Amino acid sequence: MYYQVKKVIVLILLHTFLLSVALSCITPLLWMLNASFKTDTEFREDLGLKIASSPTLENYKTALTEGNLGFYFLNSVFYTFITVLSIVMVSSLAAYGFSRLQFPCKNVIFFMFLAAMMIPLPAGFVPVYILLNKLHLVNRTGYVLAMTNIGLSFSIYLLKTFFDQLPRDLEDAARIDGCNKLRIWWNVGLPLVAPALAVVIIFNSLNVWNEFVLASLMFTEDNLMPLQVGLMEFYNRNIIQHTLLMASLTIAAVPIILLYLVMQRQIIKGITAGAMVG
Amino acid sequence: MNACLKEKGVNFSFIFPALLIFSVFYIYPFIYTFILSFQRGDGIYISEFVGLANFKEVLFYDKDWWPSMFYGGFITFFALTFQNVVALLLALAVDKAIKTGKIYRVIFFVLCVLSEIIIGLLMRQILISNPGIFNQWLDKLGLGFFLHNWLDAKKILFQVGNVKITHALVTTALVHSWKGFGWAFVILLAGLQAIPEQLYESARIDGARSYQSFLNITLPLLTPVIVLVFILTILGTMQAFAMILALTRGAGGLTEVPVMRIYNHLRGSQVGLACAEGIVLGVILIAISFTMLRISKWVRSRWGVLPS
Repeated sequence: MYYQVKKVIVLILLHTFLLSVALSCITPLLWMLNASFKTDTEFREDLGLKIASSPTLENYKTALTEGNLGFYFLNSVFYTFITVLSIVMVSSLAAYGFSRLQFPCKNVIFFMFLAAMMIPLPAGFVPVYILLNKLHLVNRTGYVLAMTNIGLSFSIYLLKTFFDQLPRDLEDAARIDGCNKLRIWWNVGLPLVAPALAVVIIFNSLNVWNEFVLASLMFTEDNLMPLQVGLMEFYNRNIIQHTLLMASLTIAAVPIILLYLVMQRQIIKGITAGAMVG
Repeated sequence: MNACLKEKGVNFSFIFPALLIFSVFYIYPFIYTFILSFQRGDGIYISEFVGLANFKEVLFYDKDWWPSMFYGGFITFFALTFQNVVALLLALAVDKAIKTGKIYRVIFFVLCVLSEIIIGLLMRQILISNPGIFNQWLDKLGLGFFLHNWLDAKKILFQVGNVKITHALVTTALVHSWKGFGWAFVILLAGLQAIPEQLYESARIDGARSYQSFLNITLPLLTPVIVLVFILTILGTMQAFAMILALTRGAGGLTEVPVMRIYNHLRGSQVGLACAEGIVLGVILIAISFTMLRISKWVRSRWGVLPS
């Protein structure tokens, strides 16, 4: 009996603790969502604390059209899609090579990729920015190339460990049937590492979508800016229109939250894998 | 012979694209940082060799560099203690209350997938004194005595020489920890769940109390993970920047963390200085991580836990 009571009390305390932290995470997000549906006058009365009585989409309309946010959004989609596509192609090729094929200096090169993940480069963006300037690549192409490099080491490492664990029988069978190496990689290797590819795709998508520093240095023209840079601009332009700002933040946050809810297992896997490298 | 060479060439072509991009955008910039750090100018059109002047400037003459390291260090210290202790407690709690653990994990991690800019701007909007939304919440909850001008950089709480601790700095540290705890939580939880259940069972059979099994099983086996989280927290927080820019705009230099200085120097065409600062910070961070790894190895050998 005594132990029963004690157990219940401990459980209640545990859940109070967990719930209060969980609430602190969700409340600001819910407030943001709620405020984004209000008119400015309604917001000034209750500061977004009451649930919107007559939700309006006016803020979203203004943000997407006049605020250029739709444009920033499409830019972000473009950068993310192209960068992740190139990361997947380049890193899966390299990972397959490191795992299955023989060539000189293999271990040294792989070690360089590993080392790149562990050495902190706080000013890494400085020489990259200067280099892109010198190569006349301060544009979409340059940004995609530089961002591809950022995702490369982690993706190669993850895919290589995955390739290493696979049996070689299927590839041998394909070789006997006359497949060349490139076709084995594409038709046999890639389908087998699909789970790891999912982690690579989702993890890098988040990384590119959320990147700010390099983008803010490179894109000063409005029509090239991705969402993160655009949000800062938008904020500075509309600093007093709270509901409009909240609509803009919601537009940026909701796709990521939805993606996260659908793919959270892969994201968590990527985070733990990324941490275990170090 | 020729066939063998050709095959090696084909094999090498698999890693060639990766190696090319890596060389151009990692290896070359890595070396280029050191070259730039000996120069003055914008690095693109004007560059002039100045020897070690940039390093001297950073290490000895720049009045604001070490304060900015202190501000970064303050936020890091906050993240190391407050954020990681809360994350560890949460991980232990979720590990116990495993049935609903998954929902909590989903909720705790949501702040980590949102960008630093979104969180920074959202919290700025909530915390800023006009209209003071957070203060209103506190008021409604009966915590009126806790009202603050959260992002105030004028009122100094504590001052040593050039270093000023303000409300803005403490708030930045709090928001940073709040955004980042989910990440530490996820890693610590993975570490906890990797500890085999049999160990706890045999301890229970031997009559160990729960605090005893925590001290003698959980803590030693979790030490590598805790050290890992510590190192990654230091590396991550000392290099944090975008969230702080969005939240406080540097608060007139009073929340100007090192990477923000590097960024501003780059924008101000002082590229050599930016690179020198980056090298100084990078070397310090590497030294700290190595020391932590050494200490952790020593502790583990004292504890008699095999290195994993």
